[in-house]
Amino acid sequence: MTGEAAAINVAARASLWLQPHRIVLILMALALVFCAAFFMRWDWLPQYWEMGLMGIWRALWILAVTCALGFALAVPLGLAQAGGPFWFSVPAKIFCTIIRGTPLLLQLWLLYYGLGSLFPQYPWIRESWMWPYLRQAWPYAVVALTLSFAGYEGEVMRGAFAGVPKGQLEAARAFGMSRWKIFRRIWLPQAFYRALPTLTGETVLQLKSTPLVATISVIDIFAVSSKVRQDTYLTYEPLLLLALIYMTITGILVFVFSRIEARIPVKIG
Amino acid sequence: MLVGLLHSLEIAIGATCLGLMIGTAGAFGKLYGGPVTRDLLAVYTTVVRAVPELVLILLLYYAGTDLINQVLTAMGYSRVDISGLAAGIFVLGFVQGAYSTEVIRGAILAIPQGQIEAARAYGMSPGLMLRRITIPAMLPFAIPGLANLWLIATKDTALLAVVGFNELTLATRQAAGVTKAYLLFFLAAGTLYLAVSLLSNLNIGRIEAWSRRGMPSVNEAR
Repeated sequence: MTGEAAAINVAARASLWLQPHRIVLILMALALVFCAAFFMRWDWLPQYWEMGLMGIWRALWILAVTCALGFALAVPLGLAQAGGPFWFSVPAKIFCTIIRGTPLLLQLWLLYYGLGSLFPQYPWIRESWMWPYLRQAWPYAVVALTLSFAGYEGEVMRGAFAGVPKGQLEAARAFGMSRWKIFRRIWLPQAFYRALPTLTGETVLQLKSTPLVATISVIDIFAVSSKVRQDTYLTYEPLLLLALIYMTITGILVFVFSRIEARIPVKIG
Repeated sequence: MLVGLLHSLEIAIGATCLGLMIGTAGAFGKLYGGPVTRDLLAVYTTVVRAVPELVLILLLYYAGTDLINQVLTAMGYSRVDISGLAAGIFVLGFVQGAYSTEVIRGAILAIPQGQIEAARAYGMSPGLMLRRITIPAMLPFAIPGLANLWLIATKDTALLAVVGFNELTLATRQAAGVTKAYLLFFLAAGTLYLAVSLLSNLNIGRIEAWSRRGMPSVNEAR
């Protein structure tokens, strides 16, 4: 019975996709793709694809690290703004405003060129164990992207923490839960469910800001495509492929998050 | 740097206006257009929102200027140098258009259906209905999203530094490179951006209050 229903469902979906105008559009799109494949030059691909995979891997790695660290920072930021005393909430608010009020590119350059040019002046930094890391570009990229994600997500978490109904927290207190336990069992999970849809958007935004790190000489997939462009004097092919890669990653991300969202209980509050 | 700031603001304003026009047209196309228009617009918004702005800017910047020049040579005119300002406005406007399409579409959907039906029942022409009913009624729903887009636009102008357009971020970097006072200049530029954002926030609050006039305020509605 369920198999039959599923079959009908699939048929309905297929007929939705196979409306006459859609067929024409799909054929046109395919024709465009074929034109791109045949009339453009793709012979540089075998030479660079290993480097490209490295670049994709690096971009994903930066995305994952900065999102995780940024979220870890955003939780205290949101909490401080939602329910903290003013000496916590005011600095947190100022931090979020500054991060959200200035371009990420500027923050990145401020850290890399600004702080990066400051560090070598102090001998004790040059002699410390941190120096080999501080000489490279990726720590600055990670720090800048983490701070930016924390700034944006902190604002989201503030709303999410504030949106948890008071009755829930009062009930938890009436059960005699300790403050930490209330936070862990009631407040954080509910705020997290509330923030999840926005979290998807923020993660996609974060993915879209990863190519900025190429401007401070971190070799991600964007930097690889720039290198291909410089080496082969081709303008469009690497950029088109790059756009396709980002679209694929975005699609996968959105799909994964929608699966996670489908797992949580729908009824909130 | 102040000239750079001026350029940045010019681009942001131009791009937002262009984006609003594309967005309004796109939203109506998506809601009331035929099936082909709808599918094409869906592709447009999905693609633009899925690809990083930086890549889009590079792609459109080169492709756009190249295309116009090719068309011009094909028509027998000589090649023109497209000013960075026009190209920047066009590129960012194209990107903003996709986002504002979605914002405005959502805002129009949030209008109570009865209002539009009533307007139709009065026999209003579509143009009149758009001007008198749809746009004023959707504004309170659209303004927060559009305000966000404006703030994003001011910050996206920084990305044009990558294609070598002389706006605030690039001007800052050059000044910093000459004087070696990187930290000072970047902090100054950050302050300028921040000032723009905060000033716009004030104005946006005013505009939002104006667009919601006559409606119950958010606090009362709860």
